[in-house]
Amino acid sequence: MTIATPGASTNVPADTLPAVRRDFLPILLPIGLAAAALPFIGNPSTWVTLTIAALAMGMMIFVIASGLTLVFGLMDVLNFGHGAFIAVGAYIAMSVLALLSGWMQVDSLGWNLTALGLAVTVAMIGTGLLGWAFERIIVRPVYGQHLKQILITMGGLIVAEQMIHVIWGGDQKAMPLPAGLRGAFIVGDIAFEKFRLLAVVVGLAVFATMVLVLNRTKIGLLIRAGVENSEMVEALGYRIRRLFVGVFVAGSALAGLGGVLWALYRETLTAAIGGDVMVLVFIVIIIGGLGSVGGCFLGAILVALMANYTAFLVPKVALASNILLMVGILMWRPQGLYPVAKR
Amino acid sequence: MINAILSDDLPKSRILSVVLAAILIGLAFAPFLFSGAAAINTAAKICIFIVLVASYDLLLGYTGIVSFAHTMFFGIGGYGIGLAMYSFGPTWGFALIGLLIALAVAVVLAFLIGLLSLRVRAIFYAMITLAVASAVTILATQFSEYTGGEDGRSFRVPEVLRPGFKLIDTPLFGVDITGRIIAYYLVFISALVLFLAALRVVNSPFGRVLQAIRENDMRAEALGYRVVYYRTVANCLAAAMAVLAGAMSAFWLRYTGPDTTLSFAIMLDILLMVVIGGMGTMYGAVVGATLFIVAQNYLQKLMASGAAATEGIPLLPKLLHPDRWLLFLGVLFVLSVYFFPTGIVGRLRARRR
Repeated sequence: MTIATPGASTNVPADTLPAVRRDFLPILLPIGLAAAALPFIGNPSTWVTLTIAALAMGMMIFVIASGLTLVFGLMDVLNFGHGAFIAVGAYIAMSVLALLSGWMQVDSLGWNLTALGLAVTVAMIGTGLLGWAFERIIVRPVYGQHLKQILITMGGLIVAEQMIHVIWGGDQKAMPLPAGLRGAFIVGDIAFEKFRLLAVVVGLAVFATMVLVLNRTKIGLLIRAGVENSEMVEALGYRIRRLFVGVFVAGSALAGLGGVLWALYRETLTAAIGGDVMVLVFIVIIIGGLGSVGGCFLGAILVALMANYTAFLVPKVALASNILLMVGILMWRPQGLYPVAKR
Repeated sequence: MINAILSDDLPKSRILSVVLAAILIGLAFAPFLFSGAAAINTAAKICIFIVLVASYDLLLGYTGIVSFAHTMFFGIGGYGIGLAMYSFGPTWGFALIGLLIALAVAVVLAFLIGLLSLRVRAIFYAMITLAVASAVTILATQFSEYTGGEDGRSFRVPEVLRPGFKLIDTPLFGVDITGRIIAYYLVFISALVLFLAALRVVNSPFGRVLQAIRENDMRAEALGYRVVYYRTVANCLAAAMAVLAGAMSAFWLRYTGPDTTLSFAIMLDILLMVVIGGMGTMYGAVVGATLFIVAQNYLQKLMASGAAATEGIPLLPKLLHPDRWLLFLGVLFVLSVYFFPTGIVGRLRARRR
């Protein structure tokens, strides 16, 4: 009598699938870039300041780009109107902050952050709703048709940008930082700007949340399954449609959050703010591999490092250097650093 | 005869024929039909944009390539002519040299972008061109010692084209034949020739292959056409034509700068013109460019009076503010992508059947 020990199967680890080989090579890129920049910059404390500033910038770009790449990875929709969500988020936050100006001016970090938190929440809800409407009206009829998607979301961008002019007026607005976030901590002769530290914290938090949700929750499991084969997931009884709309809304809300951070970073605000940063965002998601969150994170850091170092060393070619970076990486990996398997 | 000139691609709709004939006559006799510098400026702008939009339609409408770098080539043309005449003097020879250099640069650039990214999907290509175009814009504004930066460069043109020059002393039909009018006809005739050439290209066997690629590139590849080769050639052709449009623009404005040639706003305008006029029909470029530029100039006046009339009502005056004209064209754009994807021209042609 063979003993089919039930224990034998429990001894086997739960994940008997062959371990996915992790690809660490791209992670070395930003480290290598930072190391390579050091001798050119010379002064180590300048280098640290620049690197920290770049990390903060990278985190902000990541927050903006993550929503876009998520939506693309899932629904195969490249939303050129994403820039409008950035601007709308920033404008909503500006209006809320104007109402709460008392809380912003007091020299207490607690009240400042409360006001900022409220503004960010309202902005994210606003852009989330806008994203929902955008998906309904603009994107839904053109799923699967890339050419029309590009055109129609471009049209949405034009209309949204003009509506910002109608609602908030066309002139440049000031977007001051709250009193408690101005200035910097000085350690030795290295300056850590407070707002940039906050941006790094927010960016890391967004990244960690996204990775955890996608890899450790049932919703994440369904999302990833939906990317692989949406019909199968639907046949199993899940409403993949609703899930996708949720992702679109979440992506739009992230754009709103990124917009608020970006506007505070620049301290001024125009309706074109989304368009300006979108170029960097596109470079980031091309470098990272369309649809990949990890690639997007690395790409954002790379682009920001490159932009900050070249802005310091040869200011005239700062943006062009990012194009060179993109070309170089595409030569090496034509689908981006972390290509999403299906595409 | 007309068949041969139009490369067997007749308007195929009575209304469209009338509209096109009206535009042609309007542009051909613009200096005599409309008085004032504003009208002739509008007419010249329409001519320039017809060429630019037609060249973009070659990419977007006929080949199915979405590029956001088209203004880059337009700008290269403008800067090529402008900088050559600014630096070396206003002679035809230098203009020609500037133009040839611009053409060479543009074709090489188009070829490189094509090699890098035409193998990839539409979305990828659109993003890459957007990034490259914005980098070129930044470079053009940054290297101000050569390009004049944000201010651009004003330059002089050959004497025959200057407003002070008079061809004949007596006015013709009540209009002085000045250098401005000669310049206008230079622009108009170039536009006409280039447009007919574009029509020739899209109706040639080569153009048919482009359309096959647009419809189904896998199948075209399977038929034995080298898709990347055709796409690259289409890209280079469109780039060269955009350079010529840029050169015309520089000649007419006697100025070249980032706002008039390179800016993303112009890219959006071109996109709107192609889609509203009709993708995949060269005549769409004519109708779209004319409609758009006339709207740009005259819709604003209409909206100003609308805004004045609705004063006191909340929000409405702001919606009708003259600067918001693009809002309405944006809405029209979205609607036309949905409801008549072949644009005005496609719609008119469909009515006939």
